[in-house]
Amino acid sequence: MKIHIKNGRLIDPKNGVDAVQDLFVAKGKIVAIGHPPNEFQASRVIDAQSLIVCPGLVDLSVRLREPGLEYRATLESEMSAAVAGGVTSIACPPDTDPPLDEPGLVEMLKHRAKNLNQAHVYPIGALTQGLKGERLTEMAELYDAGCVVFGQPDGLLPNLRVLMQAMRYASTFDFSVWLRPQEISLTGDGVAHDGEVATRLGLLTVPICAETIAISNIILLTKEIGVKVHLCRVSSAEGLAMIRAAKQQGLPITCDVTVNHLHLSDMDIGFFDSNCHLMPPLRSSSDREALRQGLMDGTVDAICSDHAPVDEDAKLLPFAQSEIGATGVELLLPLTLKWGAEMRLSLSKAVAKMTSEPARILGINAGHLSIGSSADICIFDPDHYWKVTPMAILSQGKNTPFMGMELPGRVRYTLVNGHIVYEQ
Amino acid sequence: MINRNPQLDENGVLQHLLTTEGLPAAILLHILDTAESFVGVTERDVKKIPLLRGKSIFNLFFEPSTRTRTTFEIAAKRLSADVINLNIAVSAQSKGETLLDTVNNLSAMNADMFVVRHSQSGAAHLIAKHVQSDIHVINAGDGSHAHPTQALLDMFTIRRYKHNFRNLRVAIIGDILHSRVARSQIHALTTLGVPEVRVIAPKTLLPKMVERLGVHVYHDMAKGLKGIDVLMMLRLQNERMKGANLPSAEEYFKYYGLTPEKLALARSDAIVMHPGPMNRGVEIDSAVADGRQSVILPQVTFGIAVRMAVMSILAGNQA
Amino acid sequence: MKLPDAELVFQNLAKEILSADNKLFALVGIHTGGVWLAERLHHEMAGALPLGTLDVSFYRDDFDKIGLHAQVERSKIPFEVEGAHILLVDDVLHTGRTIRAAINELFDYGRPASISLAALVDRGGRELPIAAQYTGVELAIPADKMLELQRDKSGRLNLVLYDKSSAE
Repeated sequence: MKIHIKNGRLIDPKNGVDAVQDLFVAKGKIVAIGHPPNEFQASRVIDAQSLIVCPGLVDLSVRLREPGLEYRATLESEMSAAVAGGVTSIACPPDTDPPLDEPGLVEMLKHRAKNLNQAHVYPIGALTQGLKGERLTEMAELYDAGCVVFGQPDGLLPNLRVLMQAMRYASTFDFSVWLRPQEISLTGDGVAHDGEVATRLGLLTVPICAETIAISNIILLTKEIGVKVHLCRVSSAEGLAMIRAAKQQGLPITCDVTVNHLHLSDMDIGFFDSNCHLMPPLRSSSDREALRQGLMDGTVDAICSDHAPVDEDAKLLPFAQSEIGATGVELLLPLTLKWGAEMRLSLSKAVAKMTSEPARILGINAGHLSIGSSADICIFDPDHYWKVTPMAILSQGKNTPFMGMELPGRVRYTLVNGHIVYEQ
Repeated sequence: MINRNPQLDENGVLQHLLTTEGLPAAILLHILDTAESFVGVTERDVKKIPLLRGKSIFNLFFEPSTRTRTTFEIAAKRLSADVINLNIAVSAQSKGETLLDTVNNLSAMNADMFVVRHSQSGAAHLIAKHVQSDIHVINAGDGSHAHPTQALLDMFTIRRYKHNFRNLRVAIIGDILHSRVARSQIHALTTLGVPEVRVIAPKTLLPKMVERLGVHVYHDMAKGLKGIDVLMMLRLQNERMKGANLPSAEEYFKYYGLTPEKLALARSDAIVMHPGPMNRGVEIDSAVADGRQSVILPQVTFGIAVRMAVMSILAGNQA
Repeated sequence: MKLPDAELVFQNLAKEILSADNKLFALVGIHTGGVWLAERLHHEMAGALPLGTLDVSFYRDDFDKIGLHAQVERSKIPFEVEGAHILLVDDVLHTGRTIRAAINELFDYGRPASISLAALVDRGGRELPIAAQYTGVELAIPADKMLELQRDKSGRLNLVLYDKSSAE
């Protein structure tokens, strides 16, 4: 299929492009920008007048809930949600049931995803077997099966000795290790930031030092071992300051934040809104401010949705008993645009945080519009405000703190490998 | 997103009693004033009035508490309501029924009011948010969050003995961190205009930024009790006495237990309160609990009048 | 509509009660207007039993409609109800529902030997089989009007009539 995208404003941060230019797609690749190649006969012309044409988004944390947790969401529902959000590459955490710790499981997931012909799926392999933090997984085998990086999801950091060995083993093959910094013994049953709101509501807390102590340990281990480390879901100003210092020392550390933490604070819990039951917990407004600034100065490399669809019943519970997480893959674009606008950033800078930057962290050839590259493209209307409603969201999870809000940026077309997989 | 206080309707009329936080002083005082009239009723030979005749009040106790349940039951019966006690800790929940399933089933039995006790903070809010609009919810204690009727009966007791709130120094002593009673007391005291509220506890029993609730923090009884008019003791749960919160009940009693010697540091006309049940010899010495400054038993009596007041005010506030 | 002078009406009522048979009444005023009247009567009936007051809010039958908004006063019955001859005093006798509530409340204190009723104004419109033994004046008041007894700063009583719709 040959596609001619005309009159759109091309934003390609990696190549430094921000201009109204036509873009030509053939055989799944971007074949030309500006002028059509010789004898180009478009089978489809997309008029992108007043729209933005940018690389398909790369989301570093999307839970597809397969295998094992299909009652919350299915691959089909969440893959449709992803492309509706303009996301064409997704990294999925290994916290499935069973966890992604065996090549067979990874191959199955890759296979199922490929058949759906939508976004590219990049499984994050489990760092330890069963994510139990005891025995290492067969990382090299998992890599061959399709895992690109290895991690321990939410709060399941192994003890320091196992962690050190896992990092050392991963570094043998130059694999990146993705960790969410959280000292589990300090987290306990905590569900909220250790501050005024939790004190008022009588909720158990996760102190900031649960994050900073873990960051400190990971930084020291990184220094010792020299492995590439990505710190997922940083939530505190102090934690960010430590990462900034580590980066200045030249350590191979990157980090991301979620769209939720970029816009919300513990105050948003209000009267026990279980949609704000997130991990790490929403922190104070000054932490949120630090995250927003950290993204500006490059300390934070990328924004992810931390997409976690939860069925309604699991949220209709007292706060601490409700399931953790928020649906978000369809809100990555709007909430990143909102952050960019509030910080008075150029669109290109904001787009980079969800395209070229996360692609770099994930180590994949995506997130740019270079000629010859795979035609993964997101075309969106930056000025179209839409209301977040259960109907407007394709994800099976309707759980988001942003429900009912008007957000900017509506995806019009999503292309994966040169195919239009979503249009509105 | 700013949410309206879920206890009030759009006209500011009380529909549920979930917490003392955010309620205007006028509503708190209306409850206390109404309770005064009910004290008159409870002093008669016939202690029953026909006000809530035909109303069904469900005591939903997801966490066992015979004592609190009984006071609500007596209050409801004195108002001539039909009372249905459900000890859900051992019935529906163990069969996997969710909290809201249980509530919906009971709503279908034409309940007029739910009195809810639950181990989780926010449970009463959740129920209030999802019940039919003509059902009123009273929080009888949710996790570490709130216990508004206890705080209101404490306010009633303070007003009885100290006549007004304007010139008082009040100290809340003990496990503030885990106490729903303390949180509700603090909000009620500050709303009613008590100029100085202190909390006295070791640092392991204080939540972060507790001073933001409008209290002064003390760790030393000798300093904290100076000039105090009202001492509000808190119960120390057994499981907190040993381990990471406190080394032992003995050490706690030595430094924070209320003995006659420590009580002597407060004003000579200070009153001593306790929400019960007491751990004698842990947070309070028997000589104080049974002493001349103790108003612990009157608190229990007033508790019934206050709960009658809350029930009848809510029942009369149709949505 | 011209209303009679409440002070004169009260004089009539008091005369009527004082000249009645010589039962030793225990006076009970119903809040709020009835209490003012009962206080005055009590003053004129020197040697009578202590004065009682009733706030019938907890016994009203319209609780479901109007709730418990107003300040509820505490009922005070400082004498033994059992065996007493009680004279209930109210300002305006209308449907009879307030008196029904008052009688019910009195019975929760004990079993009186008798209960009589004195009303400053009987405006008609009874919905229950209740009658006053002593009445200051009978007035035919339309159903859409409210008749209320008020007391000014000097203690002088006045009858006031207004539309029900403006009473909210």
